[in-house]
Amino acid sequence: MTDEFRLPPLADTDPGPLPELGAAAAVAGLLDVAYATEDSPVGELLLAATPHGLVRIAYLEPGGAGVDAVLAELSARVSPRILRAPGRLDPVRRELDEFFAGRRREFEVALDWRLSSGFARRVLRATARIPYGAVSSYKLIAASAGSPRAFRAAGTALGGNPLPIVVPCHRVLHTGGGVGGYAGGIDRKRALLGLERGQG
Amino acid sequence: MELPPFQALLDAHGHDVHRFLVAGVGRGDADDCYQETMLAALRAYPRLRDAANLRGWLFTIAHRKSIDHARGRRRTPIPAGDDLPEPTVTDPELRDGTVWVAVRSLPPKQRTAVALRFGFDADYGAIAAVLDCSEEAARRSVHEGLKRLRREVER
Repeated sequence: MTDEFRLPPLADTDPGPLPELGAAAAVAGLLDVAYATEDSPVGELLLAATPHGLVRIAYLEPGGAGVDAVLAELSARVSPRILRAPGRLDPVRRELDEFFAGRRREFEVALDWRLSSGFARRVLRATARIPYGAVSSYKLIAASAGSPRAFRAAGTALGGNPLPIVVPCHRVLHTGGGVGGYAGGIDRKRALLGLERGQG
Repeated sequence: MELPPFQALLDAHGHDVHRFLVAGVGRGDADDCYQETMLAALRAYPRLRDAANLRGWLFTIAHRKSIDHARGRRRTPIPAGDDLPEPTVTDPELRDGTVWVAVRSLPPKQRTAVALRFGFDADYGAIAAVLDCSEEAARRSVHEGLKRLRREVER
């Protein structure tokens, strides 16, 4: 019978490392979301970019989401064509490194704002204009976004900031000077504020 | 439909698809074939209707790409069919590979069926899903492939 005939295990053929796909996919216009994970002084970050720009920065554990959860969200809200392609995030990584080293006060990478809309996006755009080292309040930011009394909604919008650090929601404090909340945890907010005061 | 991020498919099945292609087209051409397979998958992915068997879907594409690849190598268009002999490729890197090199010379359906059955321990249902044929046809492809292999090796 044919069963007498045996093939050696295929695993023995050891095909070596997998070919990289990111560059070819980008050239073919098939890389909708490139991502990488990156260590930083405020913990491990997930960085994700579309062809339009940086679309997501997420704090990973501890205290933040896991990689899988962030990617699932990007898959549902942007596109499932997601690849780990660290090279595509090099410009962002470079600017973040300079920022954390105290050598950069403004980010220049293009941003893709698609994960926010309406009032929330206006709040985030107003927040992006707060200068390095300065702070603002939920009330002022709500006013800049066109609804002075919507400071609670402004807080919610900032809590859902898809681009923390680069859109500096850590610079928004309570009117009385209290540090307020932070999606990445209060310790990270204090660390970022300290960095900008030269206490990094 | 909620699809997993494509990277999750690569992490779960990429190495197996690549190994399958090494078995089918040889190490020298497997990388190109793998890239073509995954780019084709990436292109079709957002429109995919049925995410129940993503692994089988990737292997189906890899199977088709390995056929395209063999055709491209001959530089002449040829009709689809199961009775087309593949050129035998020798690969000195393939350890203990005599039989697996012979697998490459099988007609495409038999080649894929044998590779899945003996390389990945796939059952006939899984092979049928990849080849888009009946389980009976999958069983027959494995059987015919083995018969042909034994003739090759005993020769």
